[in-house]
Amino acid sequence: MTTTTTTETTTTEATATLDTTTKTLLRFATAGSVDDGKSTLVGRLLHDAKAILADQLAAVTATSRERGFLGGEFDFALLTDGLRAEREQGITIDVAYRYFATDRRSFILADCPGHVQYTRNMVTGASTADAVVVLIDARTGATEQTRRHLTVVSRLGIRHVIIAVNKIDLIDYDQTRIETVENDIKDLADEIGLETPHLIPISALAGDNVATTSDNTPWYSGPALLELLETLPSADEDTADLEAFRLDVQTVLRPQGGLAPGLDPEEFRDYRAVAGQITAGRVSLGDEIEIHPAGLKTTVTGIDTASGPLETASAPLSVALRLADDVDTARGSVIAAAGTLPTPRRELRAEVFPFTAEGLRTGDRVLIKTGTTTVKGIVTIEAKRNLETSKTEPAEVLAGNDIGLARVKLSAELPVPDFRDHGTAGAFVVIDPQTGNTLAAGIHTPEAAHSAESTEDQS
Amino acid sequence: MSIDTQFNHNTHTTAEAAPAHNPGASLSTLDVLESEAIHIIREVAAEFERPVLLFSGGKDSVTVLHLAAKAFWPAKIPFGLLHVDTGHNFDEIIRFRDETAEKYGLDLTVAKVQDYIDDGRLRERPDGTRNTLQTQPLLDAITGGKFDAVFGGARRDEDKARAKERILSLRDEFGGWNPSSQRPELWNLFNGRHLPGEHVRVFPISNFTELDVWSYIAREGIELPELYFAHDREVFQRDGMWWATGEFSTPRNGETVTTKKVRYRTVGDMSCTGAVESSADDLESILAEVAATTVTERGATRADDRISAAAMEDRKKDGYF
Repeated sequence: MTTTTTTETTTTEATATLDTTTKTLLRFATAGSVDDGKSTLVGRLLHDAKAILADQLAAVTATSRERGFLGGEFDFALLTDGLRAEREQGITIDVAYRYFATDRRSFILADCPGHVQYTRNMVTGASTADAVVVLIDARTGATEQTRRHLTVVSRLGIRHVIIAVNKIDLIDYDQTRIETVENDIKDLADEIGLETPHLIPISALAGDNVATTSDNTPWYSGPALLELLETLPSADEDTADLEAFRLDVQTVLRPQGGLAPGLDPEEFRDYRAVAGQITAGRVSLGDEIEIHPAGLKTTVTGIDTASGPLETASAPLSVALRLADDVDTARGSVIAAAGTLPTPRRELRAEVFPFTAEGLRTGDRVLIKTGTTTVKGIVTIEAKRNLETSKTEPAEVLAGNDIGLARVKLSAELPVPDFRDHGTAGAFVVIDPQTGNTLAAGIHTPEAAHSAESTEDQS
Repeated sequence: MSIDTQFNHNTHTTAEAAPAHNPGASLSTLDVLESEAIHIIREVAAEFERPVLLFSGGKDSVTVLHLAAKAFWPAKIPFGLLHVDTGHNFDEIIRFRDETAEKYGLDLTVAKVQDYIDDGRLRERPDGTRNTLQTQPLLDAITGGKFDAVFGGARRDEDKARAKERILSLRDEFGGWNPSSQRPELWNLFNGRHLPGEHVRVFPISNFTELDVWSYIAREGIELPELYFAHDREVFQRDGMWWATGEFSTPRNGETVTTKKVRYRTVGDMSCTGAVESSADDLESILAEVAATTVTERGATRADDRISAAAMEDRKKDGYF
């Protein structure tokens, strides 16, 4: 029996700010090991944002007491370690998603464990994140694991990287020590090629600089962690106006014969629209677009949603587009702002992140899913990234948790853009055609990943 | 009520477009979550042979159904509904289920726990709950209907085990969930490949919180069963929860029946779902109540999740929703 709070009825006197209809959303990931106090930080964030409800807290308090935590202290890890094996072994196995909101914003937190399968978990958690918080212990400073974490976030092009230097209560809030750690991080970031990350000295246990700035660090003039997270621009704010419009077609909506009940068949007799989620940029009525693989240009005559038509729409909205000409489009077609469609290519040049014990090797026959298309592929491993030095070394095999460079020959030409410039549309997953398992993630980075080579392919 | 009015829709031929998302203005949480769910539903409909949507009449499955309708508008939802009827459901819910299926013009498959008890394939549990008895009829219905993708309304904020489940969650031939060998799920790329006999559970509203669901229901004007709104009901108290008196939940010695103003935060069996005292009789007051609540919805009202810290994980491994 772990749930002890049973008699509450809900209260109605408080009228908190409710409005997720106007609040923006920020997705972020946390990385670091248990030793860095990551679970404590996650617990602290949820606690300070009042996202832990009474029955959860009661359950955690009871179990903490059983485990020997004294004086009403919590083992915050109990909040996040959801699987029986995790609680029994005291380790975090898998990425866990947590939800909380402040008056200003909603948050989705991908909590990535640091020890087991760290690359798989980091890449998974970071793939959908607008920001990543990397935790380090103020006493030890940046470690080999910090280097690995920063390498991954650097390769994945995470826009906002925050280093939370934890346990500053244990170094007596020593400004000099924090400056040393900060300089080390700057050197490391330079070496890895990461733009200077935000750095916040915190104590997750004591709460310093987590929800509010602390009196214990008068020398720190920056925001508290939660304040920073509240003000960072999210993906759609960051990029919608900078990037060219792109939509990967999921399906074509033609209701003839299968109209939703209540609609007028006359009105929708000739209705035809291509449906998909906008992966980049913004589209407006009248915009000229081009279509792969039809190779034709036309204009947008309608941007439909079930709630009504729009004049303009931006990533990541799911919409249905009506086009001026009856162009041949189907699932897997790509629609982009005219003149911006990447040259279709038969070969990806990629940074790959193998996930399974078998790893990935030259000659592997795989399936590649990118956008809304799945094609066959043959892998050629070129190099392995040495995570101690961040340099690449020639290799033909990558093990699980390695990061490496590969070419992937494709069975069809696809207009895959450079991930570094266009994000998600340049990402793919590698699938085992026999078992269906996801073997690896990859990002197409022809320039960045292969800058040492001079031959840009023109296949 | 037609779906058209439900979406508050301006027909596509109207010259004047709905207010656009202003350049520079950022999208709201609900816009982003809605688009994510629609993307997932369209992906699964496109890549699977025979999807089906688990529909219980509860607010989460009602929300998924609404999102499915939006994903394919103006076309009809290209899959049917499936309900596992424990025989302990509230009458109002069964009625709502049937009316909703009809309103959307969808096939409804009902798997009945009672049939299994009648012919001896399942036995009534000593504690009277039929919650765990749903798994076998569910799996048989999935196999019998040759369904390869099964949409559900589970959310990650509901439970610690669900917090770790993928949006597309692979199930083996026995319906089992193996939490330690889940496929990593990256970007917006969902891998739904599966072997013969396996199927995939799909949770499009994984990233909605309870408050998001209520905010979305209010924004979209989605119809819900009346149980969710405060009403007078004959109840008795047990384990700190209010239970409706009825065929499947009768007061024991010492438990007195009173009439209280209550509502349900989750809708499950009469035999395992408690009500909360509440005066919230419209969406606005429910929203205020949910935002200010101090107890999780499952902790407050679900006896089935109180058995142990891993109650949900154990049931999921066995093929539960």
